[in-house]
Amino acid sequence: MLDQSTPMQSFTFSAVLKLRSVIRAAAPRSVLMSVGALACFLSPPVCAQQADPKSPPSVVQPGAPGQPTRALPSSTRATLPPRSPKDVEFMQGMIMHHAQAVEMTALIESHTKNKELRLLGARISASQSDEMKLMKRWLETRGEPVSPPMPGMDMPGHDMSSHDMSSHHMLMPGMLTPKQMDALRKAKGAEFDRLFLTGMIQHHDGALIMVKDLFDTAGAGQDAELFNFTTDVDSGQRAEIRIMQTMLGEKPVEEKR
Amino acid sequence: MSRVHISALRLLTASLVLCSCFAATTRAQTTSPSPDPVKTPEAKPADQSGENPFAPSAPPLPAGMKGSDANDPRAKLSPGIYDAGEAALGLKHIMLIKKPDAFQLGSDDADNPKVQKTLGVLGVGDSSKMPKPLQLVLAQLAFANSDLAFQGNHLFQGNFYGVSIYDIADPAKAKLVTSMVCPGGQGDVSVYKNLLFMSVEMPNGRLDCSAQGFPPDPPPAAGHDNKPAAQKDRFRGVRIFDITDIQNPKQVGAVQTCRGSHTHTLVVDPNDKNNVYIYVSGTSFVRQSEELAGCSGEAPDKDPNTALFRIDVIKVPLASPQTAQVVSSPRVFMDARTGNLAGLSNGGTHGKNGLQKPSLTDQCHDITVYSALGLAAGACSGNGILLDIKDPVNPKRIDAVNDPNYAYWHSASFSNDGKKVVFTDEWGGGLSARCRANDPNVWGANAVFNLANNKLSFASYYKLPAAQGDSENCVAHNGSLLPVPGRDIKVQAWYQGGISLMDFTDAAHPVEIAYFDRGPVDPKMLVLGGDWSAYWYNGHIYASEIARGLDIFELTPTQHLTQNEIDAAKTIRVAQLNVQNQEKIEWPRQLVVAKAYVDQLERSQALPADQIASLRQAIQKAESSRLNQSDRGKLKSLAPSLEKSAGQTKSAADSARLQALADILKQPTL
Repeated sequence: MLDQSTPMQSFTFSAVLKLRSVIRAAAPRSVLMSVGALACFLSPPVCAQQADPKSPPSVVQPGAPGQPTRALPSSTRATLPPRSPKDVEFMQGMIMHHAQAVEMTALIESHTKNKELRLLGARISASQSDEMKLMKRWLETRGEPVSPPMPGMDMPGHDMSSHDMSSHHMLMPGMLTPKQMDALRKAKGAEFDRLFLTGMIQHHDGALIMVKDLFDTAGAGQDAELFNFTTDVDSGQRAEIRIMQTMLGEKPVEEKR
Repeated sequence: MSRVHISALRLLTASLVLCSCFAATTRAQTTSPSPDPVKTPEAKPADQSGENPFAPSAPPLPAGMKGSDANDPRAKLSPGIYDAGEAALGLKHIMLIKKPDAFQLGSDDADNPKVQKTLGVLGVGDSSKMPKPLQLVLAQLAFANSDLAFQGNHLFQGNFYGVSIYDIADPAKAKLVTSMVCPGGQGDVSVYKNLLFMSVEMPNGRLDCSAQGFPPDPPPAAGHDNKPAAQKDRFRGVRIFDITDIQNPKQVGAVQTCRGSHTHTLVVDPNDKNNVYIYVSGTSFVRQSEELAGCSGEAPDKDPNTALFRIDVIKVPLASPQTAQVVSSPRVFMDARTGNLAGLSNGGTHGKNGLQKPSLTDQCHDITVYSALGLAAGACSGNGILLDIKDPVNPKRIDAVNDPNYAYWHSASFSNDGKKVVFTDEWGGGLSARCRANDPNVWGANAVFNLANNKLSFASYYKLPAAQGDSENCVAHNGSLLPVPGRDIKVQAWYQGGISLMDFTDAAHPVEIAYFDRGPVDPKMLVLGGDWSAYWYNGHIYASEIARGLDIFELTPTQHLTQNEIDAAKTIRVAQLNVQNQEKIEWPRQLVVAKAYVDQLERSQALPADQIASLRQAIQKAESSRLNQSDRGKLKSLAPSLEKSAGQTKSAADSARLQALADILKQPTL
């Protein structure tokens, strides 16, 4: 199909160029913006043609490049791509993960007067509380439990060896251990700031691992809302990590995804 | 929004279908003063943190920050998908065309067996237990409308599921021409001559536009990971369609990229008539090299060919679009001195000692090119950047900025004179309510920058002034210039915050001059909706409503925008509009344009009232006589005094208006 149309296109295209120069010569400056439009209207083969006003809307599905387009019946309705169990597991896990971030930011009010940190905390708290609502909504509308099956569920694909698992039945990647949380609760002022920033960087890094893990799983991430959400989590948390590293006076480490 | 208020709304709208049966979520998201106890185990992690994630209220406004106005009429609109309350200033809603059937799951009737069947396929167990509106909400999320492009009498509306094409020859009778099914999100569209371009980024995209996605692989054997199989039929990148037959578009090319295409930008090189270029902004994960050769998600020090830290440039030969391919992958974040690909400085604004710290901006979200100036403005996650694109295949970064209040640099647009750039911050990614009274008005806002000598300098923020509810996703989003001569005006979408027209003629003090807003899709649950983009095209404003369809508006005069200014904007007719490929606007020397300038000079009090009156009288007389010789002479005689004033006034905007008015009066047309 293409092979036939290509010479035709080149021919009409050069015709348009000629036409355009004619119009330009005749046109006052103000009309120049319309030149393309005139070219379209006068030379239909190069631009989209008007549909017959009486014909009903067409419903079509193109084929792969070079393949013909299929006409679909007007009764066609949309369908959804499959949902993977990993999608559900991801959302359930991320709710727990976010809950700890909110818990950490709640300490800021009574633990430090650092204005920059308080602003950052407000933003993290706002973002993560909202996102928890979104994730719960996502799970509820799909008839899924908001928490994963308990307890002692193993997490295939996750390297949990770096976490203290003794006193907590389940930690998502990057989550602070109970020991780390205790230390944060006890710290004040500059020490709190440092522990908060290092802790939240660790925490956010974990979220990035969870997102990467999701997309490394066959069939996962095809749901539009989940896809958009995870992409936003990824870029948003990377941005916050940069800010926190700079607040710590660290050179940000190079990233990988 | 107060709890009491929402309760009142619920009473008012109790008859609405959407309000009628939300048992499950009412328990969870109740806004009444005495909520039922949350019994479900899923609330536990949140309870431990002392925060109920279903609570409707946003965190308190940080100290020293201001929020949006909760007393604005837009803050209190009644909910509904097709019957929500509306508020408008200076905008008249002409029509809403509901989303085409092909982009909706089943019918509006949730009892329809098709809906029930699909929910069953989705694994939603016993759907009879789920509130009906919820079923529809779930069903519609994957079919969100996205961006718009225009050509002649056609409007192209992207959708996560394909493209809708409308005939807008008569905007009051606009109608659907074609539903093109081709899923893969988010369906950003551009059009040039007979070619339509479409962005695809999601893993369910298939080369042949089919909708089945890819099945999850069977669970892996013990000890093996569940790495996805490379899929030769997967498509993530930019599709190219031939739309010569508007009711039967054909896919002629499909250019695969490592991160897919979240957005793309059409680039027309003024010196190259045989090709157009596409700048691809990919923000998603890098796919494996087994699926697309050469794709690597490694850090730049490990792999100098990493797919991170770059944009991709596709060259499209107009005579053979099937041969389109990626011709360069510019390292626009590179540190030119060290060669470090991750070299973009964040400006050190967060640094305690003002130290320049390298930041890790590794993607652009969207790029707007202004070929007449040889410039592009990139909104690139952590930074706003300025590119020299005189050689479109090899754009070079010439400036970069960041901002302490910016979460995610999302989009950019130039003023027509190229002396300003408006960036947007999509804090929350568009999925969240971020325009509440207690969300700071400098977060998720526009940032206006001055541009001089290729340097950007911050001037001000602008955020939708009206507070929005907890169930309305809202943040700065896509808009276009409104071509009113003598002023810089942007018409802009704010998702469920509606449409707002921002006058940024004075970069330091942008103000709102018109708006349209609807109430939330749903009063309690945040259902994704609202305007993705709102663009002016040849006399009307078109808005892509994510959940509802396509809205069409016309401007009506107010004290902020006169009929003459609106008529002057309508003198600009373009053959096609791809907003991110910005074209220079030049106004004709018509008397209606002169009248717009006179109105502006009156508003700003740049001229005394008697001079305004005599200008109006002379122009009126010249219009009546169809510009006879004597009236031409009269107009011409008024010019020198205006030029003199232009040289004396302190305001740069008024000076430009006076000069432009004088230029018209010297040589006017009808």
